[in-house]
Amino acid sequence: MPSIKLPRHVGDAVVWLVLLTMPYWMQYVHGYTELASRIIVAGLAAMALNFLLGYTGVLSFGHAAYFGLGAYGVGMTLRYLVPSTGLGMLVGILVGTVAAALIGPLIARLRGVYFAMVTIAFGQVFYFIAFRWNSVTGGDDGLTGWRRLPIDFGIGTLDIAGNDKAFYYFALAIFALCVGAMALLLRSPFGRTLLAIRENERRARFLGIPVDRHIWMSWVISCFFVSVAGTLYALINNFVDPRALRWDQSGNFVIMAVLGGMRSFWGPLIGAAIFVALQDYVSSETENWMSFIGLFFVLVVLFFPRGILGMIRARRAA
Amino acid sequence: MSLLEIRGLSKSFGSLVAVKEVSLAVEAGVFQAIIGPNGAGKSTVFNLISGLYRPTTGSIVFDGVDVTGLVPERRVARGMARTFQITEICPELTVGMNLCIGVEVAGGFRLRPWLSRAETAANVARVDELAAMVGLTDKIDRFVGELSHGDQRAVEIGMALALRPKLLLLDEPTAGMGDQETEVIAELMQRLHRTHGMTIVLIEHDMEIVFRLADRIAVLDRGAVLATGTPHEIAADEAVQAAYLGRQEA
Repeated sequence: MPSIKLPRHVGDAVVWLVLLTMPYWMQYVHGYTELASRIIVAGLAAMALNFLLGYTGVLSFGHAAYFGLGAYGVGMTLRYLVPSTGLGMLVGILVGTVAAALIGPLIARLRGVYFAMVTIAFGQVFYFIAFRWNSVTGGDDGLTGWRRLPIDFGIGTLDIAGNDKAFYYFALAIFALCVGAMALLLRSPFGRTLLAIRENERRARFLGIPVDRHIWMSWVISCFFVSVAGTLYALINNFVDPRALRWDQSGNFVIMAVLGGMRSFWGPLIGAAIFVALQDYVSSETENWMSFIGLFFVLVVLFFPRGILGMIRARRAA
Repeated sequence: MSLLEIRGLSKSFGSLVAVKEVSLAVEAGVFQAIIGPNGAGKSTVFNLISGLYRPTTGSIVFDGVDVTGLVPERRVARGMARTFQITEICPELTVGMNLCIGVEVAGGFRLRPWLSRAETAANVARVDELAAMVGLTDKIDRFVGELSHGDQRAVEIGMALALRPKLLLLDEPTAGMGDQETEVIAELMQRLHRTHGMTIVLIEHDMEIVFRLADRIAVLDRGAVLATGTPHEIAADEAVQAAYLGRQEA
């Protein structure tokens, strides 16, 4: 087993190399730059979910709510308040995180399927608000009438509005900051208390860890990062609709994490890449693309329960 | 003043009275054993002391403070650590990582996003010290899930010791073990008590170990204390022989 230690840095380097060059080779695999952006945004959301699922051992089926709140936050700020992409993102992230922080104490005591059910329930509340409140959110038609705007950094302006590659690298920079922060947290004493909770809640309690409070913190951190992903998602599309915060979107994040491997740091990114790419390629052939994803998911779960990265690791260790 | 003082402790589950008016005082530095036939309420008493259950009536005073209403985490913070009949450890982590989590929490680092170099070095040294104490130095990088039952128990005791407890509660630490493993754990308990002066409360089925290690023994029967005393007194107690020791030999 210790043989996996050495190649980890190699693995990190490969991931970053692929991400840094993605817009330049996507066209050769029938992709395009916006698809690359979609992959890293979905990847960030799945990795954020996995902070809670894979590293704290708590399954949320309502992460789309905070993803969607981030998306609506940036969209509505740009539409109604100020023409600033940066400010809009801050509002979106703040709204998503504060909502999670307030809901957290109500669910942090719950475990297993009860936790999952109540996260779905809260998620659906936000979905119905977005769906019904036509005059503000645009209801079922979605929130239109706004666009992402170039960002002025003082020393120069980044044209994320007109240039797909510029937007991709902007999103990648934010992805890198988030992923770096998550890696740092997971390697900290705090991150290790989360592992202890995942592994054995009773032992964690009897080590003196206030388990519910740590689950709440993990939940808020996870939702913070998923709302960051939500703001980027809205900016890709210049559009948000209520499906961004519906429970099936939450389910998609879970599928991505499990598909790639929820015990590995990069697994959810790989799961997201496969999910988004399959969605893109297969949906151009057939409307029933989800049944292909479903079939693929079932095969992976049946034969490689640790996900795709988990399978590769097991091979290498053997 | 006793380190641990239980006064008139009772616990009912519905109509079943599992523990009935139990009173017991454990002095600091003492090795106290609790024995009794199956279903006598030994584990329930442990769960009441450590805070897993709330008593129906009675009180628990630990180190001069009434802890009856405190959650387990708070009791741990006051210096109480325990192991369980079924080993409670983190199977997918290494021995070192299991101990490390205990060391970091005990050091007050549980909310820290990073550690200084000196802090990390001190923690690593403490992990090594604990591993040596429970005899797992050569297995420190092994995953706990793949260790033998006895070694897993040693990990659990090591995690409890990481907290530098004033009181160590051990719930049948040799249950389900072979003679050799049992002996290793017995020696460990003896060392903790004699060399490190640890106050230990032990629930144990193995009478040989109890009478060899314990300073004092409490006998529980049907939820109530039947007798307390030194091993000598207990061995000579007729009520105990009739109710428990005799019955087990038969």
